[in-house]
Amino acid sequence: MSIKLEQVNYVYSPDTAYEIHALKNVSLEIGDGQFIGLIGHTGSGKSTLVQHLNGLMKATSGHIYFHGEDIYAPGYDMRKLRSRVGLVFQYPEHQLFEVDVLSDVCFGPKNQGLSKEEAQERAKAALRMAGLSEKFYRQSPFELSGGQKRRAAIAGVLAMEPEVLILDEPTAGLDPRGRDEILDQIQKLHREKGITIVLVSHSMEDVAKYVERIIVMNQGEVMYHDTPREVFRHYRELEAVGLAAPEVTYLMHALKEKGFRVDADATTVEEARDTILAALGKGNP
Amino acid sequence: MIRDITLGQYYPADSILHKLDPRVKLVTTLVFLTALFLVSSWWGYLAATLFLAWVIRLSKVPFKFMIRGLKAIIMILMITVVFNLFLTPGERVLVQFWKLQITDTGLRTAAFMAVRLIYLIIGSSVMTLTTTPNDLTDGMERLLSPLKKLRVPVHEISMMMSIALRFIPILMEETDKIMKAQMARGADFEHGNLMQKARNLVPLLVPLFISAFQRAHDLAMAMEARCYRGGEGRTKMKPLAYQRRDYAAYGAAVCFLAVIIAVRVVV
Repeated sequence: MSIKLEQVNYVYSPDTAYEIHALKNVSLEIGDGQFIGLIGHTGSGKSTLVQHLNGLMKATSGHIYFHGEDIYAPGYDMRKLRSRVGLVFQYPEHQLFEVDVLSDVCFGPKNQGLSKEEAQERAKAALRMAGLSEKFYRQSPFELSGGQKRRAAIAGVLAMEPEVLILDEPTAGLDPRGRDEILDQIQKLHREKGITIVLVSHSMEDVAKYVERIIVMNQGEVMYHDTPREVFRHYRELEAVGLAAPEVTYLMHALKEKGFRVDADATTVEEARDTILAALGKGNP
Repeated sequence: MIRDITLGQYYPADSILHKLDPRVKLVTTLVFLTALFLVSSWWGYLAATLFLAWVIRLSKVPFKFMIRGLKAIIMILMITVVFNLFLTPGERVLVQFWKLQITDTGLRTAAFMAVRLIYLIIGSSVMTLTTTPNDLTDGMERLLSPLKKLRVPVHEISMMMSIALRFIPILMEETDKIMKAQMARGADFEHGNLMQKARNLVPLLVPLFISAFQRAHDLAMAMEARCYRGGEGRTKMKPLAYQRRDYAAYGAAVCFLAVIIAVRVVV
């Protein structure tokens, strides 16, 4: 188990008028090499939770273990943890500051203590992974388009070669094409490098399409932690907490009600296609 | 860490102080601050303490919030106390070592200065905690409006102030966010000597400035889109109007000032 949380609580501004209990007794395990989706409506504690995973926020109570080691133990190297658990914030392009893209991506590896050459090697590899071609390396990050900035910023975290990569809504504000491209790159990373991925998302379609397990947060508590199929089976409960299932799930349930013998638990368009074709007696195309 | 600045941090509560006209609060605060400089005896400080305690009670704001603002001036406070303590000449020397000496007058001045500074901060915190920044600038604009005749751009100044105040929490949040994003990339804001620390701030300051300019630009656009053209002929949705409690508050302020002056004359 790479990351394990035990009874984690977090309270914002304790003992004031603005006190918020953002995490309530959260216990979870995130296994090596998993692709996890983290969903929940705004203010459910997703962002707070992910900031605990790399030690940027310290739990008010509870324990977090990374590879079995308590990260709150005295003397634990938080900077090292942060280089092993990479966190890409929402709108990560707001963190860009260097004169050109390549130097910006080098920032992380340099902080890890690598030499200039090594850092540049890593940065170039990361930029390739993020899908930014060589012609952008020497450009100012502020001249890039929104999607390109986003890629540069993601590369900035990738260049640290983390074992766990957490992305907080990496596709917010991107057009559908940019969104698919970024998510495809992330999936590729997961498949080829075996990196553990935690994807915070508002899009049920994206989550259903890419992830292996889903964690549903509601009002600071973990509501479900299961495979997409199992989680979206509870679509009524999800709706009650301001979430929804993928469109496909609704379609399949509607078809089933009309008497078609389809698998109502299909969560992706591909699964839906297969089960509809099967129900119509046409088999796989 | 950066959240500790109380200035411009409104504390919502349902108290008579919150309901007072901002002009009253501004004037009363000014009276209180001026009165503090008139105080020259412990009796005067007793009067000021009682008045301040009464106002704090009325405000329904927890005392913790009042003293939060003190953290920002702790250095100034220490320096003032130390200088006054050691460098004031006096008749009776209490302690002496090397060239430094503590005299009875020095002790007295240091204590007075410390109390005065603390009350100054708490006094103004009471105002900022019970008044929203918008109300505050509104009140200021009205109080200063006679200056318009002297071609002082009162409206523009107060608009700039309210925008600046409004942006303090936003920029603090932004700072926090960028700081965390860079820390996630291994940035270190805590260690190293002064030069290194200053250099380490670059990854924080560049994005912060960019976003501040971006926000300023967006705000200007949004204001123009709503046909903002400065103060000329602009009306208020909620014009300020004095009520009975406001006159009562003015009365209390005058009484307080009278007591302070009386104590000064008598003692």
